[in-house]
Amino acid sequence: MKRRDFLLASAAGAATMAAPSILRAQGAGAPVRIGFITTLSGPAGYLGQDIRDAFQLAIDSEGGKLGGVAVQAIVEDDGLRPGQGKSIAERMLRNDGIRLFSGIVFSNVLGATAPDILDGGGIYVSPNAGPSNFAGRECHKNYYVISWQNDSLHESAGRSASELGYQNAFILSPNYQAGQDALAGFKRMFRGKIAGEQFTRLDQTDFAAEMAAIRAANPDVVFQFHPGGLGIAFLRQYQQAGLLGRIPMVVAAPSLDHTTLAAVGDAAVGVNVTSHWNVDFDNPQNQAFVAAFRAKYNRTPTYYASQGYDTALAIGAALRQTNGNIANQDAFRTAMLKADFKSLRGGFKFGPNQHPIQDWYALKVERNAAGQLELKTGKKVLENHGDSYAASCKL
Amino acid sequence: MTLVLEQLLNGLQLGVTLFLLAAGLTLIFGIMGIINLAHGALYMVGAYAGALTAKATGSFLLAVPAGLAAAGLTGIIIEYIVIRRLYDRDHLDQVLATYGLILFLNELVTILFGRQPLFVGVPPALSGAVEIIPGVPYSVYRLTIIAVGLMLALGLFLLITRTRLGMLIRAGATHREMVRALGVDIRLLYTLVFGLGALLAGFAGVMAGPLLSVQVGMGEQILIMTFVVVVVGGVGSIRGAFFGALIVGIVDTLLRAFMPMLMRGLVTNTSEADALSAGLSSMGVYVLMALVLLVRPQGLFAARG
Repeated sequence: MKRRDFLLASAAGAATMAAPSILRAQGAGAPVRIGFITTLSGPAGYLGQDIRDAFQLAIDSEGGKLGGVAVQAIVEDDGLRPGQGKSIAERMLRNDGIRLFSGIVFSNVLGATAPDILDGGGIYVSPNAGPSNFAGRECHKNYYVISWQNDSLHESAGRSASELGYQNAFILSPNYQAGQDALAGFKRMFRGKIAGEQFTRLDQTDFAAEMAAIRAANPDVVFQFHPGGLGIAFLRQYQQAGLLGRIPMVVAAPSLDHTTLAAVGDAAVGVNVTSHWNVDFDNPQNQAFVAAFRAKYNRTPTYYASQGYDTALAIGAALRQTNGNIANQDAFRTAMLKADFKSLRGGFKFGPNQHPIQDWYALKVERNAAGQLELKTGKKVLENHGDSYAASCKL
Repeated sequence: MTLVLEQLLNGLQLGVTLFLLAAGLTLIFGIMGIINLAHGALYMVGAYAGALTAKATGSFLLAVPAGLAAAGLTGIIIEYIVIRRLYDRDHLDQVLATYGLILFLNELVTILFGRQPLFVGVPPALSGAVEIIPGVPYSVYRLTIIAVGLMLALGLFLLITRTRLGMLIRAGATHREMVRALGVDIRLLYTLVFGLGALLAGFAGVMAGPLLSVQVGMGEQILIMTFVVVVVGGVGSIRGAFFGALIVGIVDTLLRAFMPMLMRGLVTNTSEADALSAGLSSMGVYVLMALVLLVRPQGLFAARG
C-alpha cells in the first residue's frame, strides 16, 4: 500500500470512529449546544477571545451548566470574514442541528450570519455587535442583544463631548455598518459643529493621512471609533503626530479597552471614554467576576469579556425557567425578556426591540497610586438609555 | 499647501515600506518563479522579533538585527523545507502551499505570543517631530524610515547593477535556463535571493513596529498592496518595485487625504460624499493597477526579456 492510500484509509477510519460520538451527543439528556461563532484570528482576535473566555468562565463556574442546565459551547472562528461566519452558521444549523447561537463580534459578520440563523429557526443572542439595521424595522423575535445597539455606544460619547464643553468635533470611523452607526450615533447627541468627518478602512494600519487632516482642520475635540488593533495604531500615531497634548479625544468603549490601554501606554493618558461597564464597578457580582477572570486567565477583562459573561448569564436565566427546552421559542422568549440575572453592569433590562436599556458612564484614563494606567469611572452621562430605532420595531 | 507636502511625505513613507516588501516579492517571483504568499508572514516575523527584543533589552538598535536574523532564518528554513519542493510545480500548488504557510505561521505566533498586540515604543533618539518647513511638524521616525528606505533602495540598485551576484540575479530574471546551462549553482542563488527577500521583509516589519500595532495577521494587510506594487511596477524588476511602490504609496495616501474634499464639492449631501469618497479612495490603487494592466500588461518598468 502506498503512503497516500494509507493516509486516506486512516482518515476514513478516524471519520467513522468520530461519527458515533456525534450521534450520542444528540441523544436524551445531552447538553444544550450553543453555536459560538466569533472572531479569534487576526488583529481583532483578542476581542473574540475575551468574549469566549468569559462565556466559558460562566459555564465552568456552574460546573458545565448555565441556569442548572448542562450546556456545551461549540466555538468556531469566523476570521472577521462575513462569508465564513455565514457558512459556519449554515453547517451548524443543518448538519449539527444547533438552534442556539452567540459570539459574533463584528457587525459585518453578524449582518451576513444572523439572517440565516433566524430564518433557519435558530435563536441568536448577541454578546457584542448591535447594528442599526436589525434594531429597527427588521428586528426579530428570536434576536436578542445583550451588549448595546451600536449607535447608543457613540451617543454616549457625543453627549459626553457636549457636557465637556466641546464645540467643534472631527470624527472618524471605518467604513462598515458599525462605523456608519458610530458616526450617526455621535452626531445624534453631540450639540456642537462637525469640523470634519472621515471614513477609514477596516484593514487600515497607517493613519498618517488622517492625522494630517485632523491637524489641518484644527478641531477642539476628536471622536474616533476604531475597535481592537485599529485603535491601538490610531492612538499611538495620534501621539506620534504630536496631537495628543493639543487636541483632546472623546471615544466610546471599543476604541479604548483594557488591552488597548496596556498596549498604547502613555498615548492614552487623558483620553475621555464612555462605557456601560468598567473593571472598577463595585457591585459584588462584578468584583467576583473580575477576580475570577484574572485568576483563571491572568489578564484584566475587557468590556468584551463582561458582555460575554452577561450573555452567558442571560442565556442561563432563560434556560433555568424553561428547563433547558429551547424548542418552544415563545416560552424561551418570555423567559429571556425577563432578564432575570445579575448583570455585571448593575442594572439591565430589555427594550421593546430586545436591545438593552442601560446606564452609560464617563471614564477617564488616569495613573493610579501605583503608577499604573487605569480607566477610572466618573459620572453617569445617560440614564436608562435605549436606542433610537426601538420605536420602528414592531414585535 | 503645507497639507499637500505633509501628505506627500506620508505617501513617500508608505511607498518606501511597500518597496522593502515588493523588492523581495518581485525578485522571488522574477527569478525563482515562485508566488510567495507567505512574504507577509516574514514581515510579521520580523516585527515580532524586533518588538520582543526591544521589550526585553530596551534597545531599538538591538531590535533591528534581531528582526533581520529572525526573518532571514525563517525565510531560509521555509525555502529549504517547503519552497524547494515547489520549483517544478505549477503556480496553483505554490499558492496553496504558501497560503498554508500563512495559516501555519499565524497560528504559531498566536500560540507562542497570544492574540494581544505587542507594543514597541519609538526609540527615544527618533521620537518627536521636526519642522520641515515652518509650521509643518513631521515625525522624525517617519523621516528616518524614508531616509533608510531610500538608502536601502540605492544599495540594492548598486548590488544588482554593479556586482557579480547582481549580474547573476539579473541574468536569472531574464534567462533562467541559460544561467543554469552556464554552470551557475542555481540552487544557491535561489536560497540567497529568498533570504535577501526575507531580510528586506523583516526589516520592513521591524521599522513598522513602532508605528503600527505588532499583531497576528499584520502581514496579510500589507501583502495585497505589495502585490499591486509588483503588478504596477513589472514582475522581476527592482526598478519597477521602487517606482511602483512610490506611485502606489503616494496615490493611495493622496486619494485618502483629498478625495473627501473633492467629493464634497461634487455631491451636496456630506454623508453620501463621505461614503462615496471612502469607497473610491480604497478602490484607487486597484483602478490604477487595472489601468496599468490595460495599457502596459507587463508593468511600467518590466524587466527586459
